[in-house]
Amino acid sequence: MRPRELFVALLAIVGLARRRRRRRERPARVVPPGAPSPRAELAVLALLLVAALCGAGFVVAYFVHPNTQVLGAALAGALAAIGAALVVTAQHLVVTEEVEEDYPTPNPEEQEAVAQIVAESGSRLTRKRLLGAAAGLAGGALGAALIAPAVSFGPLFDSSSMYATPWRRGRRLVDVDGNPLRAEAIDFASFYTAFPEGADRESIAAAVVVVRLPPATLRLPPGREGWAPQGILAYSKICTHAGCAIALYRTPKFAPTQPGPALVCPCHYSTFDPARGAAVEFGPAGRPLPQLPLTIDAAGELRAAGNFSGPVGPAWPGVRSHPAS
Amino acid sequence: MSAGARIAALAALAWALGAAAASASQPPIVRPGNEARLSTPELGRELFAANCARCHGPLGQGRFAPSPGIFPNGGQGPPLLGVGRQAADFYLRTGRMPLREPHEQPERTRVELTAREIAALEGYVAALGGGPPIPAPDPARGNLAQGFQLFTEHCAGCHQAVAAGGVVTGARVPPLDQATPTQVAEAVRIGPYVMPSFSRSDISDVQLDSLVRYVEYARRPDDAGGWGIGHLGPFPEGMVTWLIAAVLLVAACVLIGERLRRS
Repeated sequence: MRPRELFVALLAIVGLARRRRRRRERPARVVPPGAPSPRAELAVLALLLVAALCGAGFVVAYFVHPNTQVLGAALAGALAAIGAALVVTAQHLVVTEEVEEDYPTPNPEEQEAVAQIVAESGSRLTRKRLLGAAAGLAGGALGAALIAPAVSFGPLFDSSSMYATPWRRGRRLVDVDGNPLRAEAIDFASFYTAFPEGADRESIAAAVVVVRLPPATLRLPPGREGWAPQGILAYSKICTHAGCAIALYRTPKFAPTQPGPALVCPCHYSTFDPARGAAVEFGPAGRPLPQLPLTIDAAGELRAAGNFSGPVGPAWPGVRSHPAS
Repeated sequence: MSAGARIAALAALAWALGAAAASASQPPIVRPGNEARLSTPELGRELFAANCARCHGPLGQGRFAPSPGIFPNGGQGPPLLGVGRQAADFYLRTGRMPLREPHEQPERTRVELTAREIAALEGYVAALGGGPPIPAPDPARGNLAQGFQLFTEHCAGCHQAVAAGGVVTGARVPPLDQATPTQVAEAVRIGPYVMPSFSRSDISDVQLDSLVRYVEYARRPDDAGGWGIGHLGPFPEGMVTWLIAAVLLVAACVLIGERLRRS
């Protein structure tokens, strides 16, 4: 420890000791003692209990049925009850003392006086420990409600559903109308959205974006040989940053003078290079778009040749080390 | 600051302004001296040789590598074989060509070519290797609701919902307020610069009529809520919130505080 820090610590301890000594001196009252108000105290107690119940309700709802409306209502209820409890306390339980003059310059003596006023303002409270316990309960429940979602990071919470995708080997790619995508219909300068045939399209891992690049220009990561027959590539349409849909495709008509092909998310302009396995070229996304291996069947239609190269959607702990399932 | 330094600074400013103005315009058109006497095919050939061939090659075969000596920045340009009247019409009538610098994004500028010169060049480009004709969309035949749906599905990602333009990384997205129905149809089929192109199987000619009708409508969108704020979506709306609404709110708070103090 450096000498300066030692000196500061010493000052702090001396200051504390002085304050303790002063408190023991018990100076004359500043705030007149007020009459107790048991009804208001009861109301505050009830409100704090409601807040605690709402906070606990949030935690229960989060694990039983995480509906965002229910969660929002629980959180709002807890905050509103705490707010109401504070209002009732201020209106009916605290002896008010008006300060007439302007903001004073910092003065240790006056700070002491203010601390004394605060302490004496609680003179109307008859069940201080009970109210304190209720406030602690409400605060604790609210804190638990705010921390509860962190459990989703695992390992307590079952996060296997986050890795699940509807894509399986041999599943056909269909367009929004349910018609199968034919390889010959995939143009170089356009892009297509496809879904797994016969699967739930609401799943975050359902939609893929399909593009075609000259096979000679592809620089896919090792292990993805044969994933792009005839240069046709499929990537998850969900941005790995915040889960928006990849709706922009930059497709140069003359490579020597124009920026290269890119899949772009319109929300925060994360830009992915489809020729390099959708590697992040620009923007806040932290990892490439998962790639779906493709194959062309005897009828010339596109089918999945397996599952995605990784989990779909925004990131969570373990997202890089775990395969899609 | 000395007089000399001041003059130097002014000169630098003038040069910068001049450079900015120049980059936003086309290079000067080089015209044959006997233009009036030439037949249309002859005029097309002469104009192409003088204004286009440096980047697109004398036979429209394109130049894939820079060719220093021919062009100060190294002429480079895509082949024009098979692009047809459709592309020539779009790029020339919107002032996107000729381009001053091959690496610039072609953007709408003042058209320096006359109508006869454009027709002559279109004929010359079409003769290079055939290609699609100029499309003839008819917005009157289109369905506005279908056009809106198609526009949000295919175009709004870059051009915004009311065709006000925007950006995609590496390129600016033009607003469509000056685009004629023909130019919109041409752009959909060509996919100028880095825009995707849409074939008839992606967007049929009937759907294109609806799309064009929506683009026409979007020039004067229905601002039922009052001020459209440029129709650019959340960015200007956020600016208004922070710079105007927030300032007004703070001012109101200050006024209320002042009144309370006085009373």
